[in-house]
Amino acid sequence: MDARNSWGSYPDAQGRFGQFGGRFVAETLMPNILALQKAYEDTKADPSFQETLDVFLRDYVGRPSPLYFAERLTDHFGGAKIYFKRDELNHTGAHKINNCMGQIFLAMRMGKTRIIAETGAGQHGVATATVCARFGLPCIVYMGATDVERQSPNVFRMKLLGAEVRPVDAGTATLKDAMNEALRDWVTNVKDTFYIIGTVAGPHPYPQLVRDFQSVIGRETKQQMLEREGRLPDALVACIGGGSNAIGLFHPFLEDESVKIYGVEAAGHGIETGQHAAALTGGRPGVLHGNRTYLLQNDDGQIIDAHSISAGLDYPGVGPEHAFLKDTGRATYLSATDDEALEAFQLCARLEGILPALEPSHALARVGEIAKDVGKGGIVVMNLCGRGDKDIFTIANALGAKI
Amino acid sequence: MPVGRLSNAFARAKAENRAALVAYVMAGDPSLEVCAAILDALPKAGVDVIELGFPFTDPMADGPSIQRAGIRALKNGTTLRKTMALVTQFRQNHPKTPLIVMGYLNPVETMGYDAFARHAAEVGIDGAIIVDAPPEEDAELRAAMQASDLALIRLATPTTDAKRLPAVVAGVSGFVYYVSVAGITGDKAIETADIAEAVAAVREASGLPVAVGFGIKTPDAAARTAKIADGVVVGSALVDVIASAHETGGDVAQAAAAFCQSLSQAIAQAR
Repeated sequence: MDARNSWGSYPDAQGRFGQFGGRFVAETLMPNILALQKAYEDTKADPSFQETLDVFLRDYVGRPSPLYFAERLTDHFGGAKIYFKRDELNHTGAHKINNCMGQIFLAMRMGKTRIIAETGAGQHGVATATVCARFGLPCIVYMGATDVERQSPNVFRMKLLGAEVRPVDAGTATLKDAMNEALRDWVTNVKDTFYIIGTVAGPHPYPQLVRDFQSVIGRETKQQMLEREGRLPDALVACIGGGSNAIGLFHPFLEDESVKIYGVEAAGHGIETGQHAAALTGGRPGVLHGNRTYLLQNDDGQIIDAHSISAGLDYPGVGPEHAFLKDTGRATYLSATDDEALEAFQLCARLEGILPALEPSHALARVGEIAKDVGKGGIVVMNLCGRGDKDIFTIANALGAKI
Repeated sequence: MPVGRLSNAFARAKAENRAALVAYVMAGDPSLEVCAAILDALPKAGVDVIELGFPFTDPMADGPSIQRAGIRALKNGTTLRKTMALVTQFRQNHPKTPLIVMGYLNPVETMGYDAFARHAAEVGIDGAIIVDAPPEEDAELRAAMQASDLALIRLATPTTDAKRLPAVVAGVSGFVYYVSVAGITGDKAIETADIAEAVAAVREASGLPVAVGFGIKTPDAAARTAKIADGVVVGSALVDVIASAHETGGDVAQAAAAFCQSLSQAIAQAR
């Protein structure tokens, strides 16, 4: 596969990244998806769209997010310099709002009057509820009943922002079931409703447009790194659930061949136990939620429940572009267990005074090895894509503490 | 001639000046044994075409009734292979009743398109509806199905506009399934006045019989639909009858047959 030097040309007109991606949806949704694609392409020819978005990203979201030299962690591991791209400092506490801001402008441009979203950890739900409040649009967030329970602070946040949170009891009552339910809502209310998908999955054009809206992370990182160090980093590291924060960091660097790229999936209780969420490491290609990608599935093509301590990574699939980057060898995908993420979380809290979310704690769990591998004199950038306040109950529970 | 079985069923209904009754049941619901008995009872109850669902963990276009049926089927260990085994069993007594399978793409991909089509033809399946394979994505599957002389039945919906319709009906055979409401299966009661025009347009564009489904729950609704469509599809309502007979410990196959009989009679008298 000759993808080198042309990474920016994906997906193709059919929404494919090699064999991955596509538009595997019911006929009812096809006309809408084609209309969305057209509307999105139109925004690219309209400089005022990006200008308006940039103003809100600056004044409302708080971009650019800082690039921070994590000096004590660097000393601790004794390898390459470790930088954090601090997207946890965004308004609402994660990278998710970069995408929501882009999609709400797209929704309004298309004349849609009702917004739906799915959420796992609740970060995307909060970000969607936030932009809906800001622009005065009704917002319905589908969330697995299991997640509603383990992410109760975010559920309350969404309600405070005026959103309606609909718990989903079907299936395993987690992120994939929330996405099924959001798709069902969309099929039913296709005329007036815009579905703000939170990750780089779903039918084309979602993997592309979410990537493009999140790529502000990588573009800023590149500029900040050139200003600070006068050169590109040697390696990038990010956690992978659906993979939106990761693709946002990676994409502007894909054609810079000297930059190694590492994604870290959730290994849950361990890949060998079968209780994990590492679709790229432990799955095989199939079709779910509108795209072809790596999936956790059995011999009959039934989807297997994912497991991760982190609700945001608890998904049996992964964005199709990551599947493509894996198969082409451009990116390397590793994994970290629940326990490793918890340990990394505590290390970061004590050495850097930052409580990372459990999602980037997975990336952090592999950063030490990567920094050693790159070696002294090298530079590693990790996307600190969310803050850990939402996770304190889960972490207290895992550590056996009462709060 | 598998596609022939489908054409014959619609031709016979037309000759009798009535719509064909298309009945959906989920394979393995409430169990593989009882499902086999249900299938066995349907032709005599006036069902012209059987739609046999095969379960998927994430049925994103289905409402609660068929979702629950799928969960029951999966708990019983129902797979795509076991669904096909049910058809083998069905064909022993019913060589003429057309039967198509309906489900989602991932189990089919897992089996492999060619293997799926070959195996389906072997057991006596006449065609398939794959909900999440729109025309843009089904070229490979369509080729495999054609090679085995099977119909690939596509869905047309209220959102399928005049510009898109030719692409949707290109290369289809058997019949076209018109989804009468934008929504999930079993969702809303249908307004027949709204759909007569759409059905006529689909019939003209495809040159095939048009069966209408999604939201037909009662003999009355079936009769109203039968006035304007070549086929009437009843799914969620039948699945509900099966579920409730199973829960109350009744004779499930008999309950399913009685319900289909009532639909069939209403359809026969509709025109």
